Amino acid sequence: MPVAATEVNPRSTSSFLKDPRRLSHLRLLEAESIHILREVASEFERPVMLYSIGKDSSVMLRLAQKAFYPAPIPFPLLHIDTGFKFREMLEFRDNMAREIGAELLVWRNEPAIAADTNPIALDTKRCCGLLKTQALLDGLRHYNFDAAFGGARRDEEKSRAKERIYSFRDGAGQWDPKNQRPELWNLYNARIHPGESIRVFPLSNWTELDVWHYIHEEDIPVVDLYFAKERPMYVRGEMLLPIEQSFVARPGEKPQMVKSRLRSLGCSPCTGAIRSDADTIPAIIAELISFRSSERANRVIDHDQEGSMEIKKREGYF
Amino acid sequence: MATLAASPFSIEEFLLEEREKDLLRFSTAGSVDDGKSTLIGRLLYDTQSVYEDQVRSIEGKGTTAPGQLDFALLTDGLRAEREQGITIDVAYRYFSTARRKFIIADTPGHEQYTRNMATGASTADAAIVLIDASKGVQIQSRRHAYIASLLRVRHVLVAVNKMDLIGYDEATFRAIVKDFTAILDQIAVDTGTPVETNFIPVSALKGDNIVHHTAAMPWYEGPSILELLESLPSAADTRTSPLRFPVQRVLRPDHTFRGFAGQIASGTVRPGDILTALPSGRTAKVERIVTWDGDLEEAIAPLSVTLVLDREIDVSRGDLLVSTETQATVARDLKAALVWMDQRPLDPARKYLLKHTSQTVPATLRAINHRTDLASLSHQPAATLQMNDIGSVTLNLLRPIAVDRYAENRATGAFILIDAETNATVAAGMIRSAVDISAGDDNEGEAWGRVTAGEREARWGHRGGALALTGPAALIDAIERSLFAAGVVTCRIDTGDPVFADDAKLVELVTRVEMQSGLLALVVRNENTDHLTARVEAAEIHVESDDVMHAISTVHQLLHNAGIFISAEGAGL
Ligand SMILES: Nc1nc2c(ncn2[C@@H]2O[C@H](COP(=O)(O)OP(=O)(O)OP(=O)(O)O)[C@@H](O)[C@H]2O)c(=O)[nH]1
Ligand SMILES: [Mg+2]
Repeated sequence: MPVAATEVNPRSTSSFLKDPRRLSHLRLLEAESIHILREVASEFERPVMLYSIGKDSSVMLRLAQKAFYPAPIPFPLLHIDTGFKFREMLEFRDNMAREIGAELLVWRNEPAIAADTNPIALDTKRCCGLLKTQALLDGLRHYNFDAAFGGARRDEEKSRAKERIYSFRDGAGQWDPKNQRPELWNLYNARIHPGESIRVFPLSNWTELDVWHYIHEEDIPVVDLYFAKERPMYVRGEMLLPIEQSFVARPGEKPQMVKSRLRSLGCSPCTGAIRSDADTIPAIIAELISFRSSERANRVIDHDQEGSMEIKKREGYF
Repeated sequence: MATLAASPFSIEEFLLEEREKDLLRFSTAGSVDDGKSTLIGRLLYDTQSVYEDQVRSIEGKGTTAPGQLDFALLTDGLRAEREQGITIDVAYRYFSTARRKFIIADTPGHEQYTRNMATGASTADAAIVLIDASKGVQIQSRRHAYIASLLRVRHVLVAVNKMDLIGYDEATFRAIVKDFTAILDQIAVDTGTPVETNFIPVSALKGDNIVHHTAAMPWYEGPSILELLESLPSAADTRTSPLRFPVQRVLRPDHTFRGFAGQIASGTVRPGDILTALPSGRTAKVERIVTWDGDLEEAIAPLSVTLVLDREIDVSRGDLLVSTETQATVARDLKAALVWMDQRPLDPARKYLLKHTSQTVPATLRAINHRTDLASLSHQPAATLQMNDIGSVTLNLLRPIAVDRYAENRATGAFILIDAETNATVAAGMIRSAVDISAGDDNEGEAWGRVTAGEREARWGHRGGALALTGPAALIDAIERSLFAAGVVTCRIDTGDPVFADDAKLVELVTRVEMQSGLLALVVRNENTDHLTARVEAAEIHVESDDVMHAISTVHQLLHNAGIFISAEGAGL
């Protein structure tokens, strides 16, 4: 029956705030992500989870444990190692995989690493293209994976805001943002032809704050680099560059000890640290809500040029 | 930063408040260039939900006058969108206020991308439909309002935008309200979905009535867009609806555990509940609700959980576990509203796959009942549906699935169609009615000729067979009743009955006829013994007759092992 247009009193409907059995938004996000993980595991022949060791991957991994409990996670983890990941990250990765009994695969673009590819000798764009995108595409092809989970979130960047949950990739792993499959309700189209693949983003609807809040509530371990500590840094104006690779230093440049932390974990030459006192998760969250710039602002790679994330994604990046 | 970090107490408070917030999903709709993206950008900007580096990156760009930010650029994240000044695909944005969290789907207005508007609206609790005050109601405004109504988006906020261009004129606003109200009422009659509507005069560009009230329109005393968004009831509460649990996966880590993983589509489940598995019709009791965080005493939609049942019944991915009192309809024939989304028109000669909850079934087009003409909102006969057309069709499925009407359940009433050759998602479907296979009239239009064994199996949910039972009458009655309750069509032959007078040939003949009709013949001999003998073909078992439950489940297992009970996957193939 039609109901005539009515004027609703905006203040009359607030009882939902007091209902004790109401589900919090984190529970809703968790339920949605688990549904996605189970769909992919059931509909694809060879799924894999891209594990990047960062906070988003840590949440995604916990959700995978939850999704299949008490059965083990029914797919392997794949780490794309550029050779420039922080030592703490690699230790954390190996410990984590061992602890939860997951199968961990590591793929590196060995020829490019052997040829001394780095963001200073090349530019960041070409370096990323070889060590990340190319390595990812090669790794996926080598193992013949037809679906790959990634921890990317739509709130990270504006081309990511355009992603489907199932992101269709052609035979070359490329994304065509102007021609995405419609994606209605929670009915995901898992049909692909041989050679094609799907990237899946179970955390699509999570924000950076949701991720930290969940890590806090669920006590999820994260890499120590997220917490503030006195660390040696090259200080260049506002920029703090971690000392990890010697080629990053400019002639005569001396590291200083700075109380700092990383907001997002990438490759050491391209991930700037921030000055911070936040040494607990609540402190990180407090700092986060006071931030005035987005989390990727500290990544050199994303602002080489307008729309550079979209270009990388079209080429096959996550 | 320093003050917040220095007082951990306040952050704990903040997190508690965060935890209390609920979630509202809404989408935008309307004709091209009505100002949808500008409105969302303005909403984000005025609620301080954009970072400085994001604002800096759009300064001095876009289509607006110098010094005026082009807020649309905050959501139009593709290069092609920025170049053409239009939205091509949905952008999802997130923001929160002190009261709740929001997920926004900013959708394109251009007709070519209607499918992306439908994508954004399918998960929305509310929609903001924009109308350009200087242009009035457009055909695309009608189309989007129609799709939102079909998809059962419950709340529609109609933002009459660009009021600045018409000198904030009240009369023009009132005229648009009148126009569009009539259209929305007509749409509601056609789709059967009542919607709650509010009209708000706004200027997205200037920020009038988006977050803040404006002095420019003193004649409007209603709430701003944000105030309305904060006050709408959030996601439909389905915990009191009948339980629907589509099985996504069977978890079997070892021989001691067998659980059914899925997301509760509607309703509430507790240990002890009796559930029916559809389409097979078999029942079992919930023993445990398992999660990584421990077993639950109760789980409500839309939680993702794992159910352990008290007995081994044949359940696999694609089956629907439902409350035994209020079951879903098991059907092969569906009547549904379709939004066609593919370049290639609907073609009865092409093969389509229907994806519904966690299963995919081949579907054949039986009839196009009508196409809706959006200009007149009338039903036209149609030979096909073109891209962006909306119509009603009748589909026949290769095997039966358990469904509800979309009006009753958004999760179990929705489906998508996939072109089996191109793999494209070609249509969104909303079930309007379904013919229960047990109602018997599902064969209208079925190919002529003999009814096949497969068709019988699809109808009954099991194969024809014979079960010979020898033992106490009361126990045999209990077994028959248990089979009947599980939806098995049984037919009892009492060999002691004078009609048969121990005529073995006659018994055999009747049994064969029954089996050929797809029924389960019960060939019964009463004997007052302390055990029961049950036989299916060559397999024979003996059980004590004093444990009735055990005897029943052993007999069910015997039928299962003999392949009489077919899985949902096998039905009809
Ligand atoms: N004067 C005026 N112009 C507006 C207003 N809102 C939007 N515009 C302008 O209208 C044009 C289209 O705005 P968009 O926000 O891109 O429109 P849209 O509805 O998102 O368009 P599509 O997504 O392509 O359908 C832009 O040039 C905006 O600056 C308004 O309130 N007043
Ligand atoms: Mg737009």
